[in-house]
Amino acid sequence: MTDTTLERALVVEPTETKRGWAGQSIPRKEDKRLVQGHGVFVDDVKRHGMGYLHFVRSPYAHAKVKSIDVSKALELGGVYGTLTGDEVAILTDPFFELSTPPGADMKDYALAVGKVRHMGEPVAAVVASSRDIARDAAELVEVEYEPLPVVVDAERAAEEGAPLLHEEAGSNVVWSGLFDWGDYDAALAEADQVVRIERLHFDRFSSTPLECSGAVVEYEKHTGQWTIFCNHQMPGIGAIWMGPALRCGLDKLRFVTHDIGGAFGNKICLHPQLTACCLLARKLNRPIQWTEWRTDQHMANSHGNERTFLDVEVPVRADGTMLGFKVRALDDCGAFPRYEPLGCIIWAQVTPGLYRWRNIRVDFTQVTTNKSPVGPNRGYSRMQHLWLTERIIDIVAHQLGLDPIEVRKRNYIRSEEMPYETPNGCVYDSGDYARCLDLVLGLINHEGIEERRRDAESRGKLLGFGIGSTLDSGTNNFGQSQLLNPDLQFSGNNEVATIKLDIFGEIVLTLGTVPQGQGHETVAAQVAADILGVSPDDIHVRPGHDSYWNTHAGLSGTYASQFAVTGLGAVKGATDLLADQIKRLAGVILGGVGKDAIMLEGGFAKIKDNPEAALPFMACGAIINANNAGLPPELDDVTLNCRYVFRPRFEVPDKERKYGNLTLTYANQIHACVLEIDKETGVPVIVDYAAVDDCGIRIHPQIVEGQVHGAAAQGLGAALHESFPYDEEGTLLTANFYDYHVPHALDMPPFKTESIESPSPFTPLGAKGMGEGGGAGIHAVCAAIQDALRGAGGAIVYDSCNPAHRIWELMREPEKSRSLVSVEERS
Amino acid sequence: MREKTIKVEVNGDLYEREVESRRLLVHFIRDDLELTGTHIGCDTGNCGACTVLYNGDAIKSCMMLAVQADGASIDTVEGLARDGELHPIQQAFSETHALQCGYCTPGMLMSAKYLLDSNPNPSEPEIRKAIQGNICRCTGYVNIVEAIQRAAGHD
Repeated sequence: MTDTTLERALVVEPTETKRGWAGQSIPRKEDKRLVQGHGVFVDDVKRHGMGYLHFVRSPYAHAKVKSIDVSKALELGGVYGTLTGDEVAILTDPFFELSTPPGADMKDYALAVGKVRHMGEPVAAVVASSRDIARDAAELVEVEYEPLPVVVDAERAAEEGAPLLHEEAGSNVVWSGLFDWGDYDAALAEADQVVRIERLHFDRFSSTPLECSGAVVEYEKHTGQWTIFCNHQMPGIGAIWMGPALRCGLDKLRFVTHDIGGAFGNKICLHPQLTACCLLARKLNRPIQWTEWRTDQHMANSHGNERTFLDVEVPVRADGTMLGFKVRALDDCGAFPRYEPLGCIIWAQVTPGLYRWRNIRVDFTQVTTNKSPVGPNRGYSRMQHLWLTERIIDIVAHQLGLDPIEVRKRNYIRSEEMPYETPNGCVYDSGDYARCLDLVLGLINHEGIEERRRDAESRGKLLGFGIGSTLDSGTNNFGQSQLLNPDLQFSGNNEVATIKLDIFGEIVLTLGTVPQGQGHETVAAQVAADILGVSPDDIHVRPGHDSYWNTHAGLSGTYASQFAVTGLGAVKGATDLLADQIKRLAGVILGGVGKDAIMLEGGFAKIKDNPEAALPFMACGAIINANNAGLPPELDDVTLNCRYVFRPRFEVPDKERKYGNLTLTYANQIHACVLEIDKETGVPVIVDYAAVDDCGIRIHPQIVEGQVHGAAAQGLGAALHESFPYDEEGTLLTANFYDYHVPHALDMPPFKTESIESPSPFTPLGAKGMGEGGGAGIHAVCAAIQDALRGAGGAIVYDSCNPAHRIWELMREPEKSRSLVSVEERS
Repeated sequence: MREKTIKVEVNGDLYEREVESRRLLVHFIRDDLELTGTHIGCDTGNCGACTVLYNGDAIKSCMMLAVQADGASIDTVEGLARDGELHPIQQAFSETHALQCGYCTPGMLMSAKYLLDSNPNPSEPEIRKAIQGNICRCTGYVNIVEAIQRAAGHD
């Protein structure tokens, strides 16, 4: 019935405490199809008579669209039709914006209407009988542009007189606001020293999933319904965007996903492209297939938020205790806000980082520029902010001659303080950061670091050691959106699961989540199997998501580190309901005993005191579904088909004070990096690397470790290679994998991991969402580079991305970066 | 558009098809033969998701035209398992959690097969070199390297 061939429980780590199937690294249900090439990814889906869509994209970063002529394209044999911005403006309404004005007034459509605002923005779409003909035809579409001045720099965009992207808004500013918690001025007055950092820059990159975005969209004339087979990772929100734009109810938008080739947040903002597909499916009366090209994904899908931190100020006591910080944060969201300005609040989930800082003032502004729109990217918005907190720690330590390990331990929130309320009302549920730090130091043999430094020196290398601490906050309270815009009607969170027992004893579990490699089928089966007393092999988990199945809610999806809480919370809730119904039914059938006298074991409902009296699940399923005459009325509500919506307990945050609990769980990771820098060339090589993870109770330790590996690899890529730089005309310089260098197998260092488990007191299984701790890799590499350069001019690492050429610049002109930092002595 | 008839053996089966001269081998495999296990992850020959064996050699099938494969023997991921039994490399990938989303996996498996066919006992650096043309965004390669080491033990 299911995909695995599992016969027995596997013991992977002998020391581990067993809690049934949950907690064991069993083989993944997904693997059998995926290793044989039998997965169903979006580009594998075909429909009779489908047309292939190709977008005509702007070569300019900023230009008026004077005219579009599709006549030559339509004359080409095999072309089925076209769509232009003029049609889109008539047939749809702009997508709703989350922001208050000015961002609220920015108009965003499925295709450019009137002007283009970034290179690669779709201005028209062509549909043809093959991909090649569609591409040929796209070249025949004649677009007349009138180029406009370009702005690619966030600080410039925020200035008066800068080129304006959205005339309707009257400003490039999307959103701005002040966050002020504790008493920053008092903290400043109390300081013995004040460290100031003029500017730090978190670079623009993205996780670039290997599978690009795509869809096959069908339109049913008789119902007016679109079926959107796609790889959107958050279909609930996608539908909320698309329904009003297409002027239809959500019942008309059926989202289906199956296997997804990685997403990492980058597949949340697909509503413009999917809306274009919907319009063409209706217009041309045929299924529309769209698969994004790699170059398209890099130019115009969604990048991670680029953020500049200005005028950072850190009050410090003589003993190295930091009292908080003050900063002006300037976020660059590219040409359209889309999922933004949520990034203007998401960082506040981790306001003080891992530290006991009580006084924090953040003046936050987000602007548009003529670059690709941004969207959530693994570690979304928290990664940028946590990088700031880690830079603060290491720069302050550098300036004041403090040990980065000791200063962390002095300032870390302590395990005995958990649950810990942050200055802005978030509650860190559990954790022991200092212990994780000790473990990671052991893994990389920190005691021998000075000896290794001398050895490296003898070989012409500068050795550096750095720590990266990070929080992986999971299970959003969507109420935080109301801190940006009090009129938004989002709060709390939800996820759904349904489970049924069918006629021949089949147990079928359906999830609202949208997995992209996280092994949800396996992990959900573990949890359900423990409750029902069967093997995970006996649970058939439907792959993917389908909004036809009634197993979804408005916030369904896989994002923001929450499956282990919301997804599994829903699975547990639904399975508990099913177990209860089976017990009630069996109690009646087995002679009128109460449900509490029944246990579930080995596929049978048995009387606890007399296990010989047993009813097989197959009989339960058959009785209810096919053989139900004579059942007593007290079983009228027993369907053996149970749906559960998991809703974590959240309150709407206090909008005046911008105060409240924004996320339910806080996993943490502490990374340590040892690298060597070539003195001549600046080329860095990571020679030792370790990560210690604490995500509470692990349901499947091997999957957790895999997430740690993958997130760290993305962090290391972002720290050393991956960047989306633009030239002054707004041309992206890394539009494919030639120029955008992601880590290859030879780039990855030796990698050591360890875990501890601090159970969450707030979740059904003690588990925490995880998978987004990769930012620690960026923090650790930055710290290690700065440490390595201590003896070579003492440069300050001020950017999150440090390829060899930047390290070389830091070595060559150390005073340039050092001048960004100053210390005021107060005592 | 000019078309040409080609004969290609894929996973032991002989196919004769008319193809456009400009058709890429990967599109021929995926769209014409409907062997969709071979994936596409880039436009530039960098990612290796489309890796297949061409007369026993690992190649990126997006870097070759279908007409160039006339007369060739090609192996794709669909041909690895035999009689319902997974190939030891496939088994090792599952056991060591060497795949997450599974999108790079078919290409990765074919590169691994090429390596082990030509070098049954590769060192770790040899393994890393053999898969350097295959990008994985999920695993950081840690468990992929381990899987290939494990599969080498089985061979």
